[in-house]
Amino acid sequence: MNNAETTTSKPEFSAAAQEELETIFSRYPDRRSAMLMVLHLAQREFGYISPGVEELVAEVMERPVTEIHGVVTFYTMYNTKPVGKYHIQLCRNISCWIKNAPGLLEYLKSRLGIDVGQTTSDGKFTLSEVECLAHCENAPTMQINDDIICDLTKEKIDRLIDELK
Amino acid sequence: MKLVSKNFDVPDSHKLAVCEQNGGYTRIRKALEMEPQTIIDEVIAANLRGLGGAGFPAGRKWSFLPKDNPKPRYLVVNADEGEPGTCKDKYIMTNDPHLLLEGIMIASWAINSHTCFIYIRGEYVKQAKILEAAIAEAKAAGYLGDKMFGKDFPLEVVVHRGAGAYICGEETSLLNSLEGKRGWPRLKPPFPAVEGYLACPTIVNNVETISYVPWVIELGGEKFASLGSERNGGMRLYSVSGCVKKPGVYELPLGTNLKDIIFEHAGGLFEGRRLKAVIPGGSSSPVLTPDEIDLPMDFDSLAAAGSMLGSAGIIVLDDTINLVEALAVLARFYAHESCGQCTPCREGTGWMRKILDRIVAEGGRSVDPANLERIAKNIIGNSICPLGEAASLPVIGFAAKFPEEFAEYVARGETAKPSTTAVAAVI
Ligand SMILES: Cc1cc2nc3c(=O)[nH]c(=O)nc-3n(C[C@H](O)[C@H](O)[C@H](O)COP(=O)(O)O)c2cc1C
Ligand code: SF4
Ligand code: FES
Repeated sequence: MNNAETTTSKPEFSAAAQEELETIFSRYPDRRSAMLMVLHLAQREFGYISPGVEELVAEVMERPVTEIHGVVTFYTMYNTKPVGKYHIQLCRNISCWIKNAPGLLEYLKSRLGIDVGQTTSDGKFTLSEVECLAHCENAPTMQINDDIICDLTKEKIDRLIDELK
Repeated sequence: MKLVSKNFDVPDSHKLAVCEQNGGYTRIRKALEMEPQTIIDEVIAANLRGLGGAGFPAGRKWSFLPKDNPKPRYLVVNADEGEPGTCKDKYIMTNDPHLLLEGIMIASWAINSHTCFIYIRGEYVKQAKILEAAIAEAKAAGYLGDKMFGKDFPLEVVVHRGAGAYICGEETSLLNSLEGKRGWPRLKPPFPAVEGYLACPTIVNNVETISYVPWVIELGGEKFASLGSERNGGMRLYSVSGCVKKPGVYELPLGTNLKDIIFEHAGGLFEGRRLKAVIPGGSSSPVLTPDEIDLPMDFDSLAAAGSMLGSAGIIVLDDTINLVEALAVLARFYAHESCGQCTPCREGTGWMRKILDRIVAEGGRSVDPANLERIAKNIIGNSICPLGEAASLPVIGFAAKFPEEFAEYVARGETAKPSTTAVAAVI
């Protein structure tokens, strides 16, 4: 955590998010079960789960912050560091590997000029590798934010990145 | 013949009106006229097996619910679809969400449960939205909510999103995750049917299993059973990926010949290629050689062949694929996904990954195959959940069935670094 972050004021949920929180809680017989959904909401609101966001979630969940941290770090979809505007996640599992996922990974790295786990200097793209995205029949696949893109080729990657640039 | 995939190609089949034009919600109306126990008996007669992977008979699972427990009962639909090579539940949720809802309604009525959670993998953002919309439509129509088709039987269906953890597909891990905890598997027994979500009796079933329930009601248990093979009732969705001309998801009877699925339905291999290996039931199922694939795809036949039908995610590998590298990809996956609770699984998956990565990068050592097998065997039987076994069986299978591929790496490694073998023996 850097200094800028420690000194910024504690994050707060927007009014709309607070309303959504209530809806989420109303769906479960106990408050704790809402955990994953609340964290999804928090990530959407704040971009990633910073220590400050963990504290905020601990408050609304009425649970200790250490427990929130334990949950956040167990699941790969929660980002504990800022990610770029577009989070590119390439599948590296067996069906995509068969269809040249490693070649596409190298291509993505050189196209974006970053390594896996890094973000481009303009803050636009973050590159990650993920396990099976359950679109194996249309391998190779990758995810950009909430969208899954199938039957990837270098040309398709070029088109997508040009569009988003 | 098509059952759950019948409406996959119908335009707008995810909408209530379209689904009802195509027979949707007729089976729940029929089921509500039946005694819950009669429905369970039909599902038992249908030989409907759990299609998430383990193949446990659905009706029998439902009958394990304790009769005298005053706590609420829950139905949890497993939509985690994490097994590599498997992509079938997605088709149901994308194209016919109301079929899944109808199955949920029938199952809930049969087991007397008033709350259902659909635990859907976090990456299925699109499918979660489709399900939410379908639930809203069904509620507005009076099919769900305070009453079910006017009957005094409240039912709420909640879509719960996972957050990226393969282990959460395992049912007890899924329940911990649903409770807002880390997704650590629980020791069984107690089984979820006795002590599941919030320690209440809970039935966990896969999306596809539940989606066949309306068809059991429509056809009757006996007719449904007759579509499949002995003790393996009905049909299922086979996901085919890898080196075939027409990868995709195909609905076929249980017991369809694996060779036919690959060479007829999935279009066979590319020109000039030769078949090398087939993983028949998702990445965790032991690999088959080309000589072993002339067999019926049902739970019992695959078990007899020393593999598993599992999730029926068929992964085809042809002669352009390096099997040691393929195994290293799988080992990396299991090492990444081990939840770390059991030492043999946590350490063993890590070691198998390291050894395989090293073999691929630097060549092998003559002790490698034996060491890999020893590590894998040490996990089996010493772990809380079946992930440990799922990580081990592919290693044992590849090493035993394709020794020549390992031998090539060993030959390369031993010529490159003859002096390191003594050190390598001590891992
Ligand atoms: C490591 C592991 C991962 C699993 N992943 C899934 C999954 O993604 N989807 C699923 O339905 N079942 C999965 N299962 C099987 C479930 O534990 C459970 O058997 C199943 O949900 C029960 O439903 P069924 O009887 O209808 O198949 C997995 C099991 C293990 C051990
Ligand atoms: S076998 Fe592996 S994944 Fe399963 S509980 Fe033990 S450590 Fe976790
Ligand atoms: S292996 Fe890449 S989507 Fe399944």
